[in-house]
This record gives sequence, structure tokens and C-alpha cells, in this order.
Amino acid sequence: MSSHRTLQYGLAINEALHQMMEMDSSVFLIGQGVESPWYVGNTAQGLLERFGKGRVIDTPVSENAITGAAVGAAIAGMKPVVVHPRVDFMMYAMDPIINEAANWFYMNGGRACVPVVFWGIINRGGEQAAQHSQAIHALFAHCPGLKVVMPSTPYDAKGLLISAVRDMNPVVYIDDRWLYNLEDVVPEEMYEVPIGQAIVRKKGKDVTIAAVSYMAHTALKASEKLLDLGIDCELIDLRSIKPLDKNTLLQSVRKTGRLVIADVGWKSFGISAEIAAIVCEGAFKELKSPVVRVALPDTPAPASRSLEGQYFPKEDDIIKAVQGIIN
Amino acid sequence: MTYSIDILCDLYKTMFRIRSFEESLVEPILNSEIRTPCHLYSGQEAVAVGLCTALSKDDYIFGNHRSHGHFLAKGGSLKAMAAEIYCREAGCSRGRGGSMHLIDPDVGMLGSAPIVAGTISLALGAALASSIRKDGRVTVCFFGDGATGEGVLYESLNFAALKKLPLIFACENNLYATHMPIRECRVNLPISRIAEPFGIEIHTVDGNDVLQVRDEGQHAVETCRIGNGPVFMEFMTYRYRGHVGPDDNIQGNHTDIRPREEVAIWMEKDPIKKFERYLTDQGMMDENELQDIRNEVADEIRDAKDFAINSPRPSGEDLTKYVFA
Repeated sequence: MSSHRTLQYGLAINEALHQMMEMDSSVFLIGQGVESPWYVGNTAQGLLERFGKGRVIDTPVSENAITGAAVGAAIAGMKPVVVHPRVDFMMYAMDPIINEAANWFYMNGGRACVPVVFWGIINRGGEQAAQHSQAIHALFAHCPGLKVVMPSTPYDAKGLLISAVRDMNPVVYIDDRWLYNLEDVVPEEMYEVPIGQAIVRKKGKDVTIAAVSYMAHTALKASEKLLDLGIDCELIDLRSIKPLDKNTLLQSVRKTGRLVIADVGWKSFGISAEIAAIVCEGAFKELKSPVVRVALPDTPAPASRSLEGQYFPKEDDIIKAVQGIIN
Repeated sequence: MTYSIDILCDLYKTMFRIRSFEESLVEPILNSEIRTPCHLYSGQEAVAVGLCTALSKDDYIFGNHRSHGHFLAKGGSLKAMAAEIYCREAGCSRGRGGSMHLIDPDVGMLGSAPIVAGTISLALGAALASSIRKDGRVTVCFFGDGATGEGVLYESLNFAALKKLPLIFACENNLYATHMPIRECRVNLPISRIAEPFGIEIHTVDGNDVLQVRDEGQHAVETCRIGNGPVFMEFMTYRYRGHVGPDDNIQGNHTDIRPREEVAIWMEKDPIKKFERYLTDQGMMDENELQDIRNEVADEIRDAKDFAINSPRPSGEDLTKYVFA
């Protein structure tokens, strides 16, 4: 029965937190709004009642100090999960994340590790404009010492969070409010989805689509429509941004000879550029056509829905991108 | 408070060790044998030594860019620190950190970093960890007057007060934030008043008087230990050298910063000389005994530097080692 149990994405995160906190008394949750569904949806439900205010710590609006405190607690032997209900708020916490956590193990010659999870929630759309909708995973992935994961399914949301908490390195765990109501099979027992492993969501032979986070769903719908048009796409959900699963990516591109990259972030200098570079370095001779990127335009997120409609890539954008390199 | 001769001897020896080691770096810095930026602690020894000896070995400290003294006062190995300053594999950070990244978790020295105020929130987290675990530890965060310009300090004061964390905010006010005199940095003096609105206990201490630092430090540690933390301590002190390196930063010499008269006044208040006078005036030690300690320290330093100089640098093959745990 348990193998067919379904759960919403947000509740899959919630279950991972319950299980990790139950199993390991050094795990705790800290951040702005962990007591408030308005901030963190259903991801934190029941935690406060079960584990108390000592380990479920709602905080004043002080992203820099609170994130630093999570890093410091990790240095002192705890395994904190610090949540930022909007990724944008993490800008205030770049110093503890990048200067301190990312560098700590290296600059101290391996004498102390920093097992902390920086959990950031992307909140795109809803006319929230430029400071409530950003996706800055590429910024984190650029920095040595950080791992970055972006689960797109309830199964991966749980499994990657468990892996992130257990990892002895700082892990940036980024999800997306647009994913929270998705429901799918999630085993009740604890399990890990290995960090650094992509997954092939759909096998195909004509074009590889490498997708990040929510775009994996957009790309899946697009590839179903493309199949009706006689184009058989292979869809890779990257799941981990860093380390990036180069093998799965290159294997697929060597087979199809074509690549479309679908990212939830901006086009320039981002993950899509990195993936294109990896493919140029590792599968240049097998490429039959230019690599194409479907990503956000190099523009801040607008408020008005008439502009938002243009801003976020849709199935059609992926379909056109694929058709453009097939024909 | 009265102290045993062993404790007094230890205070003197550690202060003298820090001073002698710092001054022994001047020449190798000037001849580029040492290139990692060294922010010398000469003049401020009483703060690190007085406060760290009020802690137990299990208690935590975090340092900053000027942490040679903190590392040694908490019990870190002189050889490992010397090797780190010479950027050798045998260094406490295996030559990956240099002077500004000193660490020894075995004695509670959890790290140091040169982003001004960057370790304050880390110390906040270590204190939070102790509060969650109820392990009875106290954390000290050392920072300079310059760090009072950073917003994260105020966020940390608030959160520490809110959660009554066992954390000592140890502000070493040496009157200069790099080149800039404190009066050009802030309107609200003394610095310790910044803790007032948070309802935090404040101690203003003569940072050149090691016994006063130790007394007040013990009181602050006890306050934190029984759950009445945090505590804010401002130590009035002075660094003899410039912000970084041996440069004396005296007007008319190098970077034209500090008035000669001001330096002279502080030299009169030298923490080591002051403590020597106390020890001899009280009849606790005589000049011969002090000289024995100085000789012993000189030997230690020579050994540590020989060890460092003769240790290999990290192998180029290991460049990418330690990126991930």
C-alpha cells in the first residue's frame, strides 16, 4: 500500500522534515515564517507541535544574522535547515552563504564542515514583480563549495531534502510554489535521491530537452505534443544543478545530436549557458544542430499579467525551439 | 578576585607569547618570506588572554581578521599557527587559509574570517546550538570597533537577546577601523551603548588590564552559563601596529594616520608592562622569574618558526582537495 501512497509536493517536504527531525536530534528548522502557512505553505505543518519552539524556530526579519546563525550552528555540530520563503530574501544572506559556508571547509583545510541546508522558495507570477519572483540558482551554483538541488516532483522533493540534510556540505535546496500542489507517489519510508543524479523522465531519439525544476513539467507536456507531431524527445530533469550530472546529459545528446535547454532562470550567464558549454566540450562532434535555450529574457520580472504572460516560458516556446532545430 | 600564582604565571606567559610571536613576524613580513596578510595583535593581548582564560576548553570562540592572539589564548598550537602563517601543509588550516583563517575545533576555536562582522552571526549560531542542546557552553565572538558599522551585528544582538543565548559579544575597541578614527565612524559613543536598547548586560573594561578583563570575563561567562545571556563587553585597547602588517601607521612615517602623542600615551599603558609591574609590586614574581618565562617563550617561538619554515607547502596536486567534505 505504501508504495502507491500519493502526497502533495509541499507535504512531501513536510514528511522529510518530520522524519529527519525525528531521527536526528541535531536537525532543526529555522527561518522567517516557519509557524505561518502564509510563508511556507503546508511544508512545516505539525512540526512545532511535535518538536517544540527549541527546534522549530520562527525568527524576526533578519536574513543575514539568521542564515549566519544556521551556518554557525552547523559549524558547532548541528544540522540546520534555514528557510527563506522567497529566494529574493536570500540576497541579504549572501555573506554567510557564500563567503562563509561555501568556503569554510576549504579555507580551514578540511578541519570543519558545514552541514547546513539553505532552503529557498521561488514564488513566480501572481503580479509579484521583480523582488518576489527571482530564480538565482545559477548564482549559487557558480560558487565552489555549494551544492544546489531543484526537485520538480513530490518524490524528489522528499528524497533530495533528506539527502541535503544528511550531506556534510552546505546545500542550497530550491523549490517553487508552482510545484506545491502537485500530487504523486511518495513512499512513506525514508529514502534518498542522490545529489548529482539527473533522471530521464521520457526516453526519445530525436531531441534532448534538459529541464530545470518547474520547466521539467512544461517540457513534458511539450514533448507529448511533439510526439503527436512525430518528434520523439528525450526529457532529462536535472534535479541537481551542482554537481551536474554530465554523464546523463552527454549520453543523451550523443544519442539525439540535438539539445534544447529549459531553465526557470534568466538566459544569459546561467545554467543554460553552462549546459551548452558542457555539451560543446563533451559532445561537439555529435551535435547535428545548434543548442537552443528556452529561459527567462534578461529582464526583471514584471508585475502586470500582460507582461508576465510574455515573461515565463510556456509549452509553445519549447515546441517552437524543438521544431526550429529539427527542420 | 585573587588568583593563584599558576594562573598569574599563565596569564603573563600567554600574553608574552602572543606579543613575542607577533613581533617576530615583522622581519619575515618585510622580506616577503610571509605574504599572507597578517593583522598583528600587539598591544591588545590582555583582551584575548583575560577573556579566553575565563572560559573552559569546551567553550567556543570565533575570531576575525586579527586573531593570532585569540587562537593562542584559547589554547591553539603555536606550531600549527606558525605553519599556517607560513602557508604550510602542517598549518592549522593546512595552508589553505593563511593568517586570517585560524581554527582548532579541539580547543573550541571554531574559526576566524576577515569579512568584518562575518563571524558574529556564526557565533550566534554556535550559541544557538548550545541552547538547543543544553550543553552549557558559552560562545565568545571577538570583533573590532569597525564591525559596529555592520548591520548584522544589530540583527545578532536582537536575536541573541530574544533567545537569551549564552553569547558574549566581545568588542575590542582599538579606536581605529582600518585607517579611520572611531570618531569619524560613528556618532553614538561609547560603543557599548549599542547593546542598551536590546536589554543586554554591558561591561566596559580596560582592555589593557588583564586582571580586570579576567574578572569581568568570569562574571560575563557566569551570566551566560546560568541562562542570563547574552553579554556585551567593550574593551578599550590599542594596537601598536597598523591595520595590517608591521606598518606603524604613525604620522610622518608610513600612511600618516595616528598622532605620535597618542601612540606614546598608549605605550605607557602597555598591558604586559602593566602586568609585570603588578606582579613585582605585589611580590608575586621577581624580575628573574619573569626573565625565565621570557626565555622559555623565546625558545618556543624559535622552535615553532623553525618547524613552520622547514615544513613543506601543500602539494599542487591537492589544489582541489577540501572543496567538499
